[in-house]
Amino acid sequence: MSTTDIATLRGVATDRQVEAAEQPAPPTPAEAPSWSNMRAPDARSQQSAAVSVTNGRRALKVFLSNPNALFGTGFLAFVILIALIAPVIYPGDPLSMVGRPFLWPGQNPAFPLGTDSLGRDVLAGIVHGARISLFVGLVATALSLTFGVVLGAVAGYFGGRIDDLLVRLIEIFQTPPSFVLLVVLVAIARPSATTVTLAIAIISWPTVARLTRAEFRAIREKDFVVAARSLGYGHRRIIFSEILPNALPPIIVTSSVMVATAILMESALSFMGLGDPNVVSWGSMIGTGRELVRTAWYLTALPGLAIVVTVLALNLIGDGLNDALNPRFSQEG
Amino acid sequence: MPALVRIGRTLRRTLLQAVPTMLGIVILNFFLLQLAPGDAADVMAGEAGSATVETMAALRSRFGLDNPLLTQLGHYLSNLMQLSLGFSPRYGMPVADLIAQRLPGTLTLMVVALMVAILIGVVLGSLMATFAGRLPDRVLSVFSLLFYSIPSFWIGLMLIVFFSVKLGWLPSGGAGTIGSRLTGLPALLDKARYMVLPATSLALFYVAIYARLTRASMLEVKNQDFVRTAYAKGLTPFGVTARHILRNALIPITTMAGMHIGGMLGGAVVVETVYSWPGLGRLAFEAVMGRDFTVLLGILLLSSLLVIVANAAVDLVHAWLDPRIGAR
Amino acid sequence: MAPLLQVENLTIRFPRAEPVRNLSFEAGEGETLAIVGESGSGKSLTALALMRLLPRGAQIASGRIAFDGRDLIKLDARGMRHLRGRDIGMIFQEPMNSLNPVMTIGRQIGEVLRVHERLTGRAARARAIELLELVRIPAAEKRVDDYPHQLSGGMRQRVMIAMAVACKPKLLIADEPTTALDVTIQAQVLDLLDTLRCELRMAVVLITHDLGVVAQWADKVVVMYAGRKVEEALPGDLFDNPLHPYTRGLLAASPRLKNDFHYRDGALSEIPGSIVSAGGETGCPFRPRCAEARASCGHHMPPLTVPAPERLVACPFTVPVEAMPHAAAFSL
Repeated sequence: MSTTDIATLRGVATDRQVEAAEQPAPPTPAEAPSWSNMRAPDARSQQSAAVSVTNGRRALKVFLSNPNALFGTGFLAFVILIALIAPVIYPGDPLSMVGRPFLWPGQNPAFPLGTDSLGRDVLAGIVHGARISLFVGLVATALSLTFGVVLGAVAGYFGGRIDDLLVRLIEIFQTPPSFVLLVVLVAIARPSATTVTLAIAIISWPTVARLTRAEFRAIREKDFVVAARSLGYGHRRIIFSEILPNALPPIIVTSSVMVATAILMESALSFMGLGDPNVVSWGSMIGTGRELVRTAWYLTALPGLAIVVTVLALNLIGDGLNDALNPRFSQEG
Repeated sequence: MPALVRIGRTLRRTLLQAVPTMLGIVILNFFLLQLAPGDAADVMAGEAGSATVETMAALRSRFGLDNPLLTQLGHYLSNLMQLSLGFSPRYGMPVADLIAQRLPGTLTLMVVALMVAILIGVVLGSLMATFAGRLPDRVLSVFSLLFYSIPSFWIGLMLIVFFSVKLGWLPSGGAGTIGSRLTGLPALLDKARYMVLPATSLALFYVAIYARLTRASMLEVKNQDFVRTAYAKGLTPFGVTARHILRNALIPITTMAGMHIGGMLGGAVVVETVYSWPGLGRLAFEAVMGRDFTVLLGILLLSSLLVIVANAAVDLVHAWLDPRIGAR
Repeated sequence: MAPLLQVENLTIRFPRAEPVRNLSFEAGEGETLAIVGESGSGKSLTALALMRLLPRGAQIASGRIAFDGRDLIKLDARGMRHLRGRDIGMIFQEPMNSLNPVMTIGRQIGEVLRVHERLTGRAARARAIELLELVRIPAAEKRVDDYPHQLSGGMRQRVMIAMAVACKPKLLIADEPTTALDVTIQAQVLDLLDTLRCELRMAVVLITHDLGVVAQWADKVVVMYAGRKVEEALPGDLFDNPLHPYTRGLLAASPRLKNDFHYRDGALSEIPGSIVSAGGETGCPFRPRCAEARASCGHHMPPLTVPAPERLVACPFTVPVEAMPHAAAFSL
């Protein structure tokens, strides 16, 4: 299932790599290949901070010259626009009955995508569903980014006890299958848009923390940081103005995929009946349509397509960002 | 036997690391159970129909639910030591037995899906790496990104529409023909028919992941000097790929494969609900619907344990594949 | 009889550059030919071209590589595979990265024998041990099961050599075989190569930037600059009396030879600048860095002339050999 926390795994990979480099116990010879050119989504963040001083303008140029990334950005902008104007184009409650049930797409021009078993407008549902998907995706990502970056930065920068503690905590949160943990959390807290968002943030922050920690550990030893320290700069200033900007590229790449993952998670939860019961979402539409999949399969297919294209757009953006922010990759091919 | 020594060392280290993590997860589990609305007494009272405040209190003290938190944690831990995960009134059996009953279904589904995903993913990734930058690579890249973006429950339903409803080739749910008296090979084939769609739905996402990983990894290895050496020996391109590139490229792939075990378990939860597959996922779904938190948290605990075991297994494979690990 | 290896007018082309142009040289049986030049002079590409193992994007644009009576450029992929590792062995610069890290050295050596001599399991292993002994790896019986990371750099290069000579090739190409090694080990490895050359009657093409290596081990030297041959001579003649300004600069810049060889006016003790792109240039490529450059040097690439027997030089402004004072005074 696609709601798997890819980002989590990616974080694990980064950290494992760092651990492998740190652990003195089994000495890994220096010439072990570092797999630095990994281009898989999972491996994206394996890039180290070595190339982190990225030229923003150059990165933007690379991003803008990538047709896939542009398509992704364009489509995402379209979805955001739809979500914003949904109350204007479909002012009524998308959960209310508006027409004859089981109208197939194209059967009645008033309902271009047809109606469901209760005569609800499918298009109105999809348009309103964009709101909850994007809301959960963006807010959950923002929350986990905030927590993850702060905790990861503190642990990576100061090291020692705090670091050990955080690494344990991350390990504990990342070992249980994230979707199972998510189901447990939502089931305990009772599903609503807020709890779903919070729960997704809870299972995603360790990824960010892990990644940020690895970046901070790498950058903290760099000359310019040592220089800043010798100038007597405070910790806060070193963390936020010296290290963080250089640690950002992999975090930015990860965050676009995290939004995609969060949207997939939300839809899977809603599909299983663990979404907010008062709001229409793509997942819940599929969940309802599922019973009728033999006769009216369009009820399942259409909201699913909305998910696929939105998530695809985000992944295209993620790939584009990755190419743009990592100079080594853009040379390839 | 240097390989065995290597593997042995890795195993010891992995186990030592796993113990504190598992303990942490157990404690997390305990607190989540505390947070869950209603305790065992509520559930039992609910099952019984009605109960007075007195009987509730009696029930609570009988189950130790009125003890201080730490005492309860102690109980929980000692129960776990005896492999007891609690009792599910809903199913009328111990949670551990319940899970043991459903575990094989999920494991079979996962293993099949993982095998399929790795096999197809590695083949596709090798193809992509061979044609890097050219048309086959581009087409496959787009497909892998697409697979990467499709929710498995949705593709599951779409596969049902196409292969079960429209074509009628494959069953749309269940794990075997009910009431069939097949044995031996026919029975296995019958099971396989039921396995095709769920395994495909679950595997698709991972096919994408492994394909992209393999591509990246092979491209990385391809540029290494020893590949040139292999060509200089007079090996065929296939020989070079099979004997030199693939094995080196597999090292990071196995690491990733292990990391996806947890994800796959999560994925199984949803796919099993789509196909009514009798496994842990289906059980979790029923537990959520019945608000049976003992079962739900038992599943969480067991699946965490499964992930730890899987990670240890991957470390071992890793140690076997890479002679540089744990050297000296 | 034609020499074993005869390269004629070899041109290697990248989409936007020609890193090797009109290169000719030959090497006979049992002979060591050294190709000398700075990094970027196209010498390593030449070595790879001999094996038809050029990196993606590079191709042989024209020329002929006659080996043992066959033109390697016209050979199909299958025919070329039969030659690689059997008739032509190759050693690379970095013994660290040139061996597969996840395969024991015994299996890596055995692989050549499996491919070309159809040896299997035990026989291949026995031969691998013999070969390890041949390249003087102590306790070969035990070492055969080692992985590359368990060996030192010098040992790894010996393993590479064992692999390259496993099928008793007629030609051995050694691309900077000692650059990555310690100075003390360099001599041992080169000594080993030389012994094997004698024993197996191999022709050796030795690619190097180290004139010290050339002085001691080569029978003939080709000096390359920006993809072109600028001088060819016997090593004694070359060191006594370098003709091309570039060769003179190279000799003066070579630290180990500096003590025994003082360039007379000292003006070129080091060569200013670096190799400019060889693509699209007319005229002598060394002109921008040459102290003796004149206007006419920019018109066309100077042709190779024969100033003395067994010598070639691509510079019209070189002092004639006879007029040189102290010719052959510095024989090494």
